[in-house]
Amino acid sequence: MDEEAVFRIAGLHKAFGPIPVLRGVDLTLKSGAVTVLMGANGAGKSTLVKIVSGVYARDGGAMILAGEAFEPATPAEAMRAGVVTVHQNINDGVVADLDVATNLTLDRLSGKGAPLLFNPRAVRRQARLVAERMDLTLDLSAMVGDLPLADRQMVSIARAMAHEPKVLILDEPTSSLSSAEANRLFDLIDRLRARGVAILYISHRMSDIRRLADRIVSLRDGRITGVFEGEKLDYEGAVNAMLGQKINLNAVAVREGGQAILDVKALRIAPTSKPFSFTLGDGEIVAVTGLVGVGKTALAESLFGARRPLGGQMTLDGRAYAPRDTGLAIASGVFLVAKDRSDNGIVPDFNIYENMSLPFLRRLSSFSVSRRDRERAEAQRQIASLAIVCRSERDEMDMLSGGNQQKVMVARWLTQASRVLILDEPFQGVDIAARRDIAKKLRASAAGRATLVFLTELDEAFECADRILVMSEHTIVGEHRNSQIDMDRLLAEIAGQHEAAEQ
Amino acid sequence: MTETQMPQANAAPRPALPARASLRDHAIRYGFIVLLVGMVLFFSLSTSGFTSPQSAVFILQSVSITGILALGVTATLVVGGFDLSIGSVATTAMMASSYAMVVMGLDGWTAVALCLAIGAIVGVINGVLIVYMRVPDLLATLGMMFLLVGLQRIPTEGRSIATGMTMPDGSTANGTFSPEFLALGRHRFDFFQPNLLPVSVVMLIALAILIWFFLEYTRFGRMMYAVGSNERAAQLAGAPVKAYKIWAYVISGVFASIGGILLAARLGRGDIASGNNLLLDSVAAALIGFAVLGAAKPNAFGTAIGALFVGILLQGLTMMNAPYYTQDFVKGAVLVVALVFTFALSKRGRR
Repeated sequence: MDEEAVFRIAGLHKAFGPIPVLRGVDLTLKSGAVTVLMGANGAGKSTLVKIVSGVYARDGGAMILAGEAFEPATPAEAMRAGVVTVHQNINDGVVADLDVATNLTLDRLSGKGAPLLFNPRAVRRQARLVAERMDLTLDLSAMVGDLPLADRQMVSIARAMAHEPKVLILDEPTSSLSSAEANRLFDLIDRLRARGVAILYISHRMSDIRRLADRIVSLRDGRITGVFEGEKLDYEGAVNAMLGQKINLNAVAVREGGQAILDVKALRIAPTSKPFSFTLGDGEIVAVTGLVGVGKTALAESLFGARRPLGGQMTLDGRAYAPRDTGLAIASGVFLVAKDRSDNGIVPDFNIYENMSLPFLRRLSSFSVSRRDRERAEAQRQIASLAIVCRSERDEMDMLSGGNQQKVMVARWLTQASRVLILDEPFQGVDIAARRDIAKKLRASAAGRATLVFLTELDEAFECADRILVMSEHTIVGEHRNSQIDMDRLLAEIAGQHEAAEQ
Repeated sequence: MTETQMPQANAAPRPALPARASLRDHAIRYGFIVLLVGMVLFFSLSTSGFTSPQSAVFILQSVSITGILALGVTATLVVGGFDLSIGSVATTAMMASSYAMVVMGLDGWTAVALCLAIGAIVGVINGVLIVYMRVPDLLATLGMMFLLVGLQRIPTEGRSIATGMTMPDGSTANGTFSPEFLALGRHRFDFFQPNLLPVSVVMLIALAILIWFFLEYTRFGRMMYAVGSNERAAQLAGAPVKAYKIWAYVISGVFASIGGILLAARLGRGDIASGNNLLLDSVAAALIGFAVLGAAKPNAFGTAIGALFVGILLQGLTMMNAPYYTQDFVKGAVLVVALVFTFALSKRGRR
């Protein structure tokens, strides 16, 4: 084995009940290198991370850290041994009600040798050391709950780095960051790499991977299916190894929108924003793209009646449309697949078919008595048509992988015909295979309605849209057809540079 | 997840787990029912007269009012809330019906209507406090409980109400409980044996079936579960979440007032000291219900079984000469065991 390998995993096995998740994973991490782990949802990435970080025990196999057997029984042991994990959910890594300084030194407040009394001055001093070493320029007395997500993440990584780890694991760290915020994270990762930390970076995002990867490891069905390293990385090969099939981008046959369905005039969604107008036609898929925080969700919720616009008129099929609540929007045929499915979509106590039928119980019931037979039949149809991987329509939602959960959320709103289908970040936390299934289904079923998809990732917009609208500062600043895209103009609009050009 | 934490040396995972897992599933699912049946068997063997119809009816009657209140509070638990005011709603209804008939001289049906209206109004106020004033459910209903405990004492300056009582102004209250009203507490229907089933037991069974059907088989009940499980998702699925929550408190208030009416009818007076245990007993029954059939969530069937479980246990212990003061201890112990069933062993605890 090569001597740079600071962390080595051999023949790792793990099964949950009868279902094997990891079937003999071999993986090496080298110090001073970023190893990207790619894998579709359900490939076993999360399980692997949880075993390495001491959350789960392994069923078989060996882990060796710096020449010694590494067998953490708890996350704290893994951390002490030098393997630190920053989990996907940013708020799991910080305490929102404490200030930055206390967060940075939180781990010293508990465990063996922690002082009995809390000395704010000493905490501030230690925190400053941690922050300086990480080149973190944050107000140490700010409450973490008041910071933007990116800063919270910096705090949680800095806190992890205070342990001087040999191995740092980052699980989809950019999934809720804007691109500017992600760039700050990448700079931080560069500094850590230069300091000789072995980094395992888990992501779906090609842009992250191109920016950071020294090596790429592909995981599929609990096995490593490809290791790519060297001067020029074979990204396409890595994706293929992960999916086990060729993907072809830009396979969209761009369609013209038919008769206008939704007409929006002079809509204002924020007190200071400029009014904007757009029209959605029958059968077309329109993507709205823009950075995080430019008002995409506000627009989606305004169209769906979950939020009142500050001004403007909407016309649906020639009639005035001003939904006062979500129930009226649904009755008018305007549906929303909300973002953040675990917060806004999934009812955790309900199984698959109960989740799917939720908005349409009135239509599915006879005299208000629910008809589970109809609900189940409809769910079976959707499971087949979206290729949802499950044992039956009565499976609990927490048994499904992220991609399949998202498919259920989309299927919920495809069970009934809509006039306008709005999807807010439908590909969030979804693997590429599931993403392509969903996009294909949207395009195949697009006739008879207008479809509006809110996407932060440009690649995703190119993959599924006929037309692309660009948002910046709570207004629409540009429009493109997906066949002849002027990338320079598009990127300038996203970055908010159109303003400068106009003035 | 306890078994997954055990490190195992050998590599190949054998699918030996399912049998054990399904055994545990069965234990969670049927454990409480088995316990109930075992308890009935034990008491029938060790005491004489436990298995008679009279004894069964006595048990049902002893839990009928508690059970009705528990079914009401189940509705608020379903939407993710809680109602601490049910006990005092019931005693307020008891005092109000007595006052209406004894002091104001109204007839029985008017008194019943008045009590039901009180229950509904208290429910609306609770709901509005929680939904629109954003007061946390426990605190809002705690405040309401306090308020009602005080309010029901004001008209009579803290005295119990009975025919012939002296009013604060020196006059004598000459009204009487109407016969129809008293029949709610004393009439017994023929059922296999003459004069077997009291009205309160019939009422308990009817309301249990009603709320069970409502929660399990109507779209309204399903939506209430959705509101309790993920309020935001229910709202984005078009549900009028605020209305559902307020309705849940109205159901709870009305059920509690029915309990109070039955209590007044049984006692035949407005007894200021009655109903102290109603809140704790009924909440316990609803929480024990979480454990029945491994539901791990509020459910009407479980609540009814929970109430019955406590009733059978207390009746059996009484027949075995356990002193009355051990009763609360026994109820508490049952509740703790049921909560362990629900949260430590079932899937909800592992989420």
